[in-house]
Amino acid sequence: MEEQTKTLQETESEVEDEFSMFDEWLDKYEYLIELGKSLSSYPEEKKTDDRLIKGCQSRVWLDYKVEGGRIWFNADSDAIITKGIISLLIKIYSGRRPEEILSSDFSVIEKIGLKENLSPTRANGLVSMIARIREIAAENSQS
Amino acid sequence: MAATDEIRSLFPALSRKVYGKNLVYFDNAATVQRPQSVIDCWNRITRDSNANIHRAVHLLAEEATDAYESARDAVRNFINASSREEVIFTSGATASINLVAFSFGEAFVGEGDEVIVSEAEHHSDIVPWQMMCRRRGAALKVLPVDDTGHLRLDLLDSLITSRTRIVAVTHISNVLGLINPVKDIVARCHSEGVPVLIDGAQGIVHRNVDVQDLDCDFYVFSGHKMYAVPGTGVLYGKMKWLERMPPFMTGGEMVGTVSFSGTTFAPLPMKFEAGTQNFSGAATLKTAVDMALIMRGEGVGVNDGCCVSHRKELLENEAAVRDYLLDKLLSDNRIHLYGIPSAAEEKIPLFSFTVEGVHHEDLALILDKMGIALRSGQMCAEPLMDRFGVTGMLRASLVAYNTMEEAEYFISSLDKAIKMLV
Repeated sequence: MEEQTKTLQETESEVEDEFSMFDEWLDKYEYLIELGKSLSSYPEEKKTDDRLIKGCQSRVWLDYKVEGGRIWFNADSDAIITKGIISLLIKIYSGRRPEEILSSDFSVIEKIGLKENLSPTRANGLVSMIARIREIAAENSQS
Repeated sequence: MAATDEIRSLFPALSRKVYGKNLVYFDNAATVQRPQSVIDCWNRITRDSNANIHRAVHLLAEEATDAYESARDAVRNFINASSREEVIFTSGATASINLVAFSFGEAFVGEGDEVIVSEAEHHSDIVPWQMMCRRRGAALKVLPVDDTGHLRLDLLDSLITSRTRIVAVTHISNVLGLINPVKDIVARCHSEGVPVLIDGAQGIVHRNVDVQDLDCDFYVFSGHKMYAVPGTGVLYGKMKWLERMPPFMTGGEMVGTVSFSGTTFAPLPMKFEAGTQNFSGAATLKTAVDMALIMRGEGVGVNDGCCVSHRKELLENEAAVRDYLLDKLLSDNRIHLYGIPSAAEEKIPLFSFTVEGVHHEDLALILDKMGIALRSGQMCAEPLMDRFGVTGMLRASLVAYNTMEEAEYFISSLDKAIKMLV
């Protein structure tokens, strides 16, 4: 559970910058695979159906808690590239106030070229995961 | 020019690049690429002969009707049906099975009856029967497969009872790629008086199908998997069943006379072709049949303008590529292949597999960026995935236009992708 030291928009730009370094798709994937492997462990007992975001192919489990007015996300997937993207989402959105999360247009995934290219089918749970993050933020928002 | 080069030149999509790399299209079992002849046929009817079929007397209607009905004759010849009335046009194999499940069910299935499907079926050959059984109060029984993917035919006799009304089985499973002994299955079912529907979605692409020789009661397939346009398909049914089955959908030209007190129906095949048909699509089945014959090394007399001398070479190439992939995938201990043939000839070039410790989605994503189009996931066959204890698989499915170079590139790319992931 790392504290955020930068604003959400700053972290978004940081991620965009990181990805702009890659010309080759396979390099992008290498990076995501590394991120996926280093994602902090997600407890087995929390891989429950109510936390499951089901795609046709990979499965994503999303858990969260609200502490000190901030939402902390933890997630896992059975597919490593999806896990890499989860790790990016956590880096950007976890430990933020709900209003901060809702102020994001979530276009970062698109900007780094992952939205179309990574979920060409209905299969990928990524889009549903983003929707769920927004939903959780909205449910916990004061305004 | 080599046979594969020549045949590939007839398919525009095969020369395209993806992510700057040559496209390697190994998802043919989902849908095959379309030859220019089929594209031209569709364009010609759409541009020049667009008129509703079977209704008007004007020239355009006559041309459209002729294109539609001559496609029926082409399909009749292709599968050797005994009459053109036994060839019903549908929107695909799924629609064909739904038609039979509904109409056959209405006429012949009642409370306490039984229907048998195999464990190797895809959803389109499971769910329509399940729904029908629910409506009719019947029970759905399953013929299992063994660990190699072969149907447990030793259990067939004990599954068939006096209440069995129909057996539905795939000619070639879209996951296992094994050619099932459907002629034997039909004979065994017939000896108990049970009719058989064969799902030929994959079978029609890779085998010569003679419905009279098979003696099957129904044979279904989709157009888009055999070079025609999507939204086309065929239901072959024996006259004796089709005549006794009520219509599935009603309206359009499928009626005889209509009044508010009752309606009579048109004779076969129109009785089962309600509403305006996909006539421009169905017409492409004729051109598609020509291509399917060429790809199978047949089609003598087909005026294709090329490949005549090369047909044997195409078949030999397809077998060589299949043998190469089968050998490579079987001998790699990181890979688990599903559908292990007793002899190579029993398998079509369709390979579903999983890789130890690697998710199929990850592999498919990486291979896509290497230019290779594969299928990944459950492949519309969830019960079969459960049978083998996996959440999904990867599938490489080839036809005669795929080359040995592509197969070699696939094997080396697969190795590279696995190494990235483990």
